[in-house]
Amino acid sequence: MNISPDGESHSTISKPKEDASQTTECSQPKTMCQKIWENHVVHAPEGEQTLLYIDLHLIHEVTSPQAFEGLRLAGRTVRRPDKTIATPDHNVPTTDRSLPIIDQIAKQQIETLRQNCKEFGVRIFDLDDIRQGIVHIIGPELGLTLPGMTIVCGDSHTATHGAFGSIAFGIGTSEVEHVLATQTLPQFYPKTFELGIEGELSPGVTAKDLVLYLIGQIGTAGGTGYIFEYTGSVIRSLSMEERMTVCNMSIEAGARAGLIAPDQVTYDYIRGREFAPENFDEAVAQWKKLPTDVGATYDRSEKFFAEDIAPQITWGTNPGQVVDVNAKIPSPGDYSDEVDQKSAAQSLEYMGLSAGSSWQEVEVDRVFIGSCTNARIEDLRAAAAVVKGYKISSNVQAMVVPGSGQVKKEAEEEGLDNIFQEAGLEWREPGCSMCLAMNPDKLEAGERCASTSNRNFEGRQGRGGRTHLVSPATAAAAAISGHFVDVREWNYK
Amino acid sequence: MKPFTKMTGVVATMDRANVDTDQIIPKQFLKRIERTGFGKFLFFDWRYLDNHDLNPKFELNRPEFSGASILVTRRNFGCGSSREHAVWALTDYGFQVILAPTFADIFFNNCFNNGALPIALSEDEIETIFQKVEQNEGYQLTIDLEKQEISGDGGLSFSFEVDPFRRHCLLNGLDKISLTLEQEEKILAYEKAHDPSL
Ligand code: SF4
Repeated sequence: MNISPDGESHSTISKPKEDASQTTECSQPKTMCQKIWENHVVHAPEGEQTLLYIDLHLIHEVTSPQAFEGLRLAGRTVRRPDKTIATPDHNVPTTDRSLPIIDQIAKQQIETLRQNCKEFGVRIFDLDDIRQGIVHIIGPELGLTLPGMTIVCGDSHTATHGAFGSIAFGIGTSEVEHVLATQTLPQFYPKTFELGIEGELSPGVTAKDLVLYLIGQIGTAGGTGYIFEYTGSVIRSLSMEERMTVCNMSIEAGARAGLIAPDQVTYDYIRGREFAPENFDEAVAQWKKLPTDVGATYDRSEKFFAEDIAPQITWGTNPGQVVDVNAKIPSPGDYSDEVDQKSAAQSLEYMGLSAGSSWQEVEVDRVFIGSCTNARIEDLRAAAAVVKGYKISSNVQAMVVPGSGQVKKEAEEEGLDNIFQEAGLEWREPGCSMCLAMNPDKLEAGERCASTSNRNFEGRQGRGGRTHLVSPATAAAAAISGHFVDVREWNYK
Repeated sequence: MKPFTKMTGVVATMDRANVDTDQIIPKQFLKRIERTGFGKFLFFDWRYLDNHDLNPKFELNRPEFSGASILVTRRNFGCGSSREHAVWALTDYGFQVILAPTFADIFFNNCFNNGALPIALSEDEIETIFQKVEQNEGYQLTIDLEKQEISGDGGLSFSFEVDPFRRHCLLNGLDKISLTLEQEEKILAYEKAHDPSL
């Protein structure tokens, strides 16, 4: 029996693992998760974790130095440098790249990554490479992320890659070291949770609103111990970039990974990308076998309806503290559970919000459009469409940070940089930037920010800073209006 | 890794739910390239005032919690980022055991990989411990991983479960990479089966 972090015992979870150690000839219907899992079992000893093979390991400067140091101390090598890809993203300055990095410690970390890659023969997309960018944006963009894979990275938003139908999850530094040394990782078989979303999203309601809504419904720990699979007509109708936005935030509901079955949208996206398989049609034939079989069961299933979803804004200090743009800011008394009441009171105080006020009354100081959730080309197009022909509010400072060098180039080819700059938004170099504010892009204490990133934790964007998670369109509209508005009523010019 | 078998220590309580890893160790301290020295930055934004003095209002700064090695807190502890620095900060500060109703998944794993023990108890059991600590200054608990038992003065005794494999690794301080490398033949066989060019 395994004890999962949620404290429940799940005598049933060891079952698929046992099945996995046998040959897979049984014709029982299977979930996609189960199929991918079984394809990666190296060793499945009874009662222990299964040793899973890892197809792609992405690394960055913040969670890898101690892992490489561990290898060095133990005299180990990187087993499969060809399955390992590095890029600096968390710490990098988003201003002029030709200038030296001022922050000496950040500089040391980036240089350490460079040296480690050189010493261990790992490929790196460095700051001078157009392929550099946020690790979860460049994987898909380069065609490295493929259906059916197991993908890990020392970063919790690795779930993004699940949009292609791969088991992708974030790991700690000890696990990074483990994967570097062995190309495998011991794991318990997860429980599966199907989130089916039916219907059609209304105009102005985006993938970001959808995922924020889902987190609000499930709660920040509702997915703990599960791998999500997003299904339903809404998911099928999303573009690849939108699917990535949804999967990206799976971790914010506690799930380590989120999957979406590959389909024609997926194949069309991958075809022609730099690292896409050469025998593409053969690969597609394999990928077509991945989706969950009819009749396969999940450990848990919930249905949601697109018609219920409006643009979302977080009011608190975790992504589950979220409401519709038309709802009032809640009060602690709205919650029945004592712990939730206390959390709500703490969050409202930190956020400087009064219960019962409307979003139109909440003024913003800063706007951040970026991060691995919302810094792909479609996100930038959506934000540019809103600001086009307007000027940002005089009280607001706003910046747009593309997710990668390629996104930046594409946006500039389309003239989006000009639209942003004419409206008064700053146009930056790619990186994580104010998503976690490790570089100089950060909020001052008390500043309120409409942000397209994924975490509104206390201090996440700067000590004392107040973060509201929203879609790119809602963030852009807040930049112009100086306060939150319902973007469904926006007057596009 | 140092084996973990049984320990007794002072308990500190932190009455907050959903404590995220950004709070446990704020990002400005993630730029270090070592695994050590993170303890002084633990809960930095809560623990220190703007002038870097200790914040007297922050729970862990209560004098009776000094030297605490067991942390008791509310549900969903360690949510957010995968940063193992959070565990390094907790252990470097002196915490070896964390008790909560639930933990976030990656954090939970990271603990075991660093010889720290996260134990999920029921909400009621956690509440009982909170009360004991409030009523008895310097309250101590004994955590016995072998027997999977928690005990303390006043007849407190709870059992807990840790999955057998993780328990085995912790009890013996096993290095997981070495364990996996013992499976070299199987890894190689997998690679050959899936990549005929090898
Ligand atoms: S953009 Fe933010 S969430 Fe994404 S990888 Fe960077 S820091 Fe993490």
